[in-house]
Amino acid sequence: MAHYLLSVHTGPGSAGEPPTAEQMQDTMHRMSRLEDELKSSGAWLFSGRLAEADTATVVRGAGPDGTDVLTTDGPYLESKEHIGGFYVIAADDLDAALGWAAKVTAIIGAPIEVRPFAGLST
Amino acid sequence: MRVLGDIDLAEDAVQEAFATALRRWPVEGLPANPGGWITTTARNRAIDRLRRDARGQELLREMGALNPNPPDEPEVHPVTDDRLRLVFTCCHPALSTEARVALTLRLLGGLSTAEVARAFLVPEPTMAQRLVRAKRKIKAARIPYRIPADHELAGRLRPVLAVIYLVYNAGADRGPRDDIGTQLRHEAIRLARLLAALMADEPEVAGLLALLLLTEARRPARYTPDGSLVLLREQDRRRWDRSLIEEGHAIVRACLRRDRPGPFQVQAAIGAVHTDAGSVQTTDWGQIVALYDHLHALTPTPVVALNRAIAVAEVAGPAAALAVVDTLGLDGYHPFHATRGDLLSRLGRHDQAGQAYQRAAALASNPAERGYLTRRARELGG
Repeated sequence: MAHYLLSVHTGPGSAGEPPTAEQMQDTMHRMSRLEDELKSSGAWLFSGRLAEADTATVVRGAGPDGTDVLTTDGPYLESKEHIGGFYVIAADDLDAALGWAAKVTAIIGAPIEVRPFAGLST
Repeated sequence: MRVLGDIDLAEDAVQEAFATALRRWPVEGLPANPGGWITTTARNRAIDRLRRDARGQELLREMGALNPNPPDEPEVHPVTDDRLRLVFTCCHPALSTEARVALTLRLLGGLSTAEVARAFLVPEPTMAQRLVRAKRKIKAARIPYRIPADHELAGRLRPVLAVIYLVYNAGADRGPRDDIGTQLRHEAIRLARLLAALMADEPEVAGLLALLLLTEARRPARYTPDGSLVLLREQDRRRWDRSLIEEGHAIVRACLRRDRPGPFQVQAAIGAVHTDAGSVQTTDWGQIVALYDHLHALTPTPVVALNRAIAVAEVAGPAAALAVVDTLGLDGYHPFHATRGDLLSRLGRHDQAGQAYQRAAALASNPAERGYLTRRARELGG
């Protein structure tokens, strides 16, 4: 068993036509059914949806001996696309993890990055 | 590897087992099941090595936990099954195409890292790095070591066949009398044979094997003894390899009976029509155009359209073919310019033909082809 981060990448370009309230509802409904499936199969460990990237704040060490901190507005990476949400799942192997990712992307229509956790496979 | 879960360890262990076999079999005779013997010996060797270091001790405990009943019974087809699993691991879609080719040649073809590097014209440290990175990903991301289930097989088989075809073409592109080129072509055919034997139900696997055999069969006539290129219409067909042709034709006939066509089978059928004819004049070009129509429906690419146009020239004349070729946006592809050169010269437009051959020669990488194209440009006064 290994653990994987499934991160959903969204940006202004990936949206296209803004979805109607009905489409939103349908997506939410299908996502919650998929999450039930993830949970009942034992794959679900954690998941969450993030607020817009421009609500992020970056904190870094500053000053001569790094004792001070510098706080800046905005996301760490200058990018059009940011992580909009993520799942942490347990899966037997990459194919199983890719299978879950395919189900998520089919519902939300945005690409998913599947990345293994280091040193957690048993 | 299915047992050991560590690609480097499995590779080393199998090599050690083969070395042991080479020492012992001539003295003690062949074991009843040589394949099973290698797997068992490799597994024992790997376990010995694991016991010798602390990390290994930990791994062994994990394996014990994962697999409480290690298979002790003699395995029936362990080597062939293990190789098939390895093909699907090496050609997993989560790896880059370069990594798939490199891993396949290194782990299945047994080429050294230096040989793989030379085959793809990259420095050895670059290739070593590519292999290390790919193996690290296999391990870290847990790319599985197994034959895909039926519902995923079609998608997973495609990159495997593409890798084998790429290996063959990388070898063919190196031109005549090139040891690495020969090694790559033979390796591709060997892998295609292996896959065809292991996956007899998959018509595209058979199609790929037939395509490679029918291409390889024509190879002896493709170059003159001094290494320059000979076009299909000028080839001495007595130098084609009849036994490869017969083998290829038998596979194509079996594919036709099965009637589940795919791109490799259609290309093999085109090769079969060519090798069925005694000359360009007696070739059934109508049949070839029809097969290219089929191929273009399956894979609608400009390269397929270009090859179809070459056949159209034999049926409907060079003017009709040129009208099609000129609509294809293949400016960086040397066969596009070589085809234009040929069609223009057949239409008596020698200046334009010369220019097209010059452009083709500037883009060609294989010295034999470049030599031929330069000669044609000169003959036409370009």
